[in-house]
Amino acid sequence: MRTVIVVGASLAGLYAARELRAQGFDGRLVVIGAEPHAPYDRPPLSKGFLTGSGSGTADESHIALADAEETAELAAEWLLGARARSLDVRGRTVVLDDGRTVAGDGLVIATGASARRLPGPPLAGVHTLRTLDDARALRAELTCGPRRVVVIGGGFIGAETASSCVALGHDVTVVEAAPLPLVAQLGPEMASVCAGLHARGGVRLLTGVGVAGLRGAEGAEGAGASDPGAAGARTSEAVRAGRSVTAVELTDGRLLPADVVVVGIGATPNTAWLAGSPLAVDDGVLCDDGCVTALPQVVAVGDVARVGGVRAEHWTSATEQPRAAVRNLLAGHTVDTAHALPYFWSDQYGSRIQFAGRRSDGDSVRIVEGSPDGLGGDPSAGVRGEGFLAVYERAGRTTAVLAVDRARPFMKVRRGLAAERAAELAGV
Amino acid sequence: MIPVCRLEDLPAGDSVRLDITPPVAVFNADGELYAIDDTCSHQDASLSEGWLEGCLIECPLHAASFDLRTGKPACLPARRPVRTHQVYVEDGVIHVLVASDAGATGDGGTGAAEKGSAA
Repeated sequence: MRTVIVVGASLAGLYAARELRAQGFDGRLVVIGAEPHAPYDRPPLSKGFLTGSGSGTADESHIALADAEETAELAAEWLLGARARSLDVRGRTVVLDDGRTVAGDGLVIATGASARRLPGPPLAGVHTLRTLDDARALRAELTCGPRRVVVIGGGFIGAETASSCVALGHDVTVVEAAPLPLVAQLGPEMASVCAGLHARGGVRLLTGVGVAGLRGAEGAEGAGASDPGAAGARTSEAVRAGRSVTAVELTDGRLLPADVVVVGIGATPNTAWLAGSPLAVDDGVLCDDGCVTALPQVVAVGDVARVGGVRAEHWTSATEQPRAAVRNLLAGHTVDTAHALPYFWSDQYGSRIQFAGRRSDGDSVRIVEGSPDGLGGDPSAGVRGEGFLAVYERAGRTTAVLAVDRARPFMKVRRGLAAERAAELAGV
Repeated sequence: MIPVCRLEDLPAGDSVRLDITPPVAVFNADGELYAIDDTCSHQDASLSEGWLEGCLIECPLHAASFDLRTGKPACLPARRPVRTHQVYVEDGVIHVLVASDAGATGDGGTGAAEKGSAA
């Protein structure tokens, strides 16, 4: 294999490039990224990057995923700010938005996912939070004095953003369409416990109600438009539109006044550019257990990949899949699988939530350490609560583990689950 | 020097966090005592809550791993070292001498730190 193209210059793409070099690929390596930025870490964007707290995370250099030395060692050609437009029928030539073409004999698809948006014309003051540019724009608006913030969606991005906004002194409401946020991930009992964090943090949580639409007004009347700083942060598209958001209208008729709206309603995999290629796409690029697509010289990793029927938008998956994917790419067929134990974490309202394993509906849940009553430290003082550890069980076996501020015992159970998983895969 | 705890209160395999600024973690790795900065150099997580195996401590958040002897990262996602600090045992009490910032930036700490022994 002489030339490998990695499409996507974020976490999974960078890890793929690293793996290629680590596994001995010494040919030409081209990395294509739609964003103009060198690879950066997204999880801090909803947390320390917004609030300017934590270990210097507001500093953009701190979220860089590779330093100059490592970048030099990778010896890759970086085509940043270049969006892939299509892939030829043989899966060998990538066409970019500007018409340039890049040809290779191996391809790693790591194009990630894009934040889902609400339908309707653009309004100033309405944000998604996925990219560095998104985070910069939102942060600029949040530093212009107290705002009424409505967060649509109570998932991880929504909850973390709400937590960051309230820490910055804003008035925050979270709207969640489901009866409970995170119920799909955590199950009803634990989702209910974690939902309590919002109230403890001083955020209103409205559940079981959808959004009918956004209300806007011409710039001068728009809330916050009197502050020139806020206008500067808004997208040129919305400024051209000349309208600013004023309220969120709920499906039950309620109207929530809003100066800033953050839409956190999930993400969709970036696969449109693969239309017309031989690759099968169904909510992600379809791959086998080893991240290999229908074409042996094409693998997919990270948020865009549906690996063995599962598409996981987890940071850890994006860092773990490239090892197997690159092995298989270089071998020319599937010799390794990428079925790590799912793991995710979330920092909100001064608490750290960690979850690992595969929970399914009907699993029983048991608190094995601490108590849900021990939730909630004092975020402003940097003091975490006592927290708790819970295990999910089915037929006498532990299927998953959840911790709130209990990192040490969580790690022990997580490692046990990972070891069991590895043994299962090895056929023991 | 900062007193940490009595030697018998930190058995092999255990760790303790010193709530100073920045916080320091002290480990008993199979009888050898080590002290490093408690906060992972990758993102905000407490290494004293991590997984200790030999002289390596694995971060409980993203599984970055550090060598307790040098403070250097053994694997991604951490790329920067954490500082190491000297540990002494006096009259059965563990003490930490926190490295001054001057000699401890960028190279993983003092390097020549004498390690205490619980043996």
